[in-house]
Amino acid sequence: MEAFYDWFRVLYETTGINLPFLYDSYDRDRMFFGFFMTIKLSLVCLFFSIIIGIIGAWLQNSPFKWTRRFMNGYIQLFRNTPPLVQLYFFYFAISSLLPTVSNGYGGQQPILGGFAWAAISLSFFAGAFNVEIFRSGIEAVPESTIEAAEALGFSRLTIYTHITMPLAIRVALPALNNNLVNLVKTTTLAYAIAVPEMLYEANQIWSDNVNVTEMMFFLLLVYFGLVGVLVWGMNSWERKLKLPGFGA
Amino acid sequence: MNNQTHKIMPVMMLTPKPRPDDRFQLRPWHGLVLIVVCIAASIPAAFAATDPGRASTWDILVQWMPLLLKGFIFNIIISISAMALGTLAGAALGLGQISLNPVVRKFAWITTQFFRNAPWLVLLFFAMFLLPFEWKIFGLTIPLPDWLKAMFGLALPVMANVSEIVRGAVVSLPSGQWEAAESLAFSRTQVLWRIILPQCVKRMLPPWMNLYSILTMATVLASIVGVSEVMTLTGQALAAEGGRSDLLIPFYSFVLFLFFVYCYPIARLTVRLEKKFAVKT
Repeated sequence: MEAFYDWFRVLYETTGINLPFLYDSYDRDRMFFGFFMTIKLSLVCLFFSIIIGIIGAWLQNSPFKWTRRFMNGYIQLFRNTPPLVQLYFFYFAISSLLPTVSNGYGGQQPILGGFAWAAISLSFFAGAFNVEIFRSGIEAVPESTIEAAEALGFSRLTIYTHITMPLAIRVALPALNNNLVNLVKTTTLAYAIAVPEMLYEANQIWSDNVNVTEMMFFLLLVYFGLVGVLVWGMNSWERKLKLPGFGA
Repeated sequence: MNNQTHKIMPVMMLTPKPRPDDRFQLRPWHGLVLIVVCIAASIPAAFAATDPGRASTWDILVQWMPLLLKGFIFNIIISISAMALGTLAGAALGLGQISLNPVVRKFAWITTQFFRNAPWLVLLFFAMFLLPFEWKIFGLTIPLPDWLKAMFGLALPVMANVSEIVRGAVVSLPSGQWEAAESLAFSRTQVLWRIILPQCVKRMLPPWMNLYSILTMATVLASIVGVSEVMTLTGQALAAEGGRSDLLIPFYSFVLFLFFVYCYPIARLTVRLEKKFAVKT
């Protein structure tokens, strides 16, 4: 492994292509840290945005008028405003309203850090899209299927969990796929509030080593790979869930 | 007899009310309500500001509003020019994707996928750092200010997305259109320009408008790389007011509000056009 790393040092010395995150152990640790931070942030946001999407789609079909209106207000607000401003709004504005806690060194620090706010803000942002995606999936479930379930004595909740959702997910998967890819790409915004994710760490490395070009191409390739893995996973899941005779 | 059975059938009695479909949509009068609410909310705040040295939040916001609006107009200018540039390049790339030449097709496909799968912010950094600050051509020096570079950076993902929209629209047309045109002895160029593309415009318009709204929302990213658009100006205004924490919510809400007012009508129009152009199946 050392020989492999040293090869990149030689590469730098002979060709000038500087990839310090491969031959320098300090930069390598930073890059790995950033990479895993991006993955962690993506996974947390994926999870919560899907939860928000499912609950939101359920609330949007609620018999209460104001619940539906509230959900639509949330969706329109988050869909039609820039995610970066939302992130700033959460991180600077909402955070200023919350109490601070002692950090053990005699200082005060906000109760939630940058990572938590990035996760909250991006989950709400992607969640707003997911609600619409799940809703369109739910609307695609034939009315007669739901009526049949009602005739069999299912309650509203059991219809939702056992009949509507399994069918709706299959319809919604392609759009969901798209939105989750977008979400992974949007995690770069966390850079703006100094969450040490991949773009942030890459920025640190290119500030120290003045190798913007190499780091830029490396970043693009890594995101290309990350998105590729996600798309591949979702596509194979889509194939696995496919019901004969249902959906396209 | 038949009626009798109908009445006692438990399933029929339990039939739930049909779910109403009154999806909430904003109307112009909601804006008036919002303004009234804002004014009502600012009255106690105005009275609360008894200390004459501290102006009320509302007054400060009104004072900075012209500057923030100017910043927002700059955002819109960036978005429109990036959209124009991205659409031109993207249309060419999209036509490249349906080219008969396999090399052109492959190249266009790879370029599209590459720029479509990269985060917008990374592409913006890409353009910011890798484009020179001035460009010398035949002894003529063309300066490239930050906002111009940001425009190029934002045009890259737009280009890739437009390319996909064009390709998708062409592919979505029934192949009978191509065959019919060919049987009438049109050349390939003629088929494309006179028969296929005019039909595609209708299909491309809603996703293209959607993309524009996404791009408008992405223009704030330029603040991260130091272009003085609305977000940068907001930060500077907040700093100029001495970092008062009670100003944070009004200022950031105002920026959210500006974007919402601009993007929401576009979104509504997109939905309406989508419905209008929808192919009945």
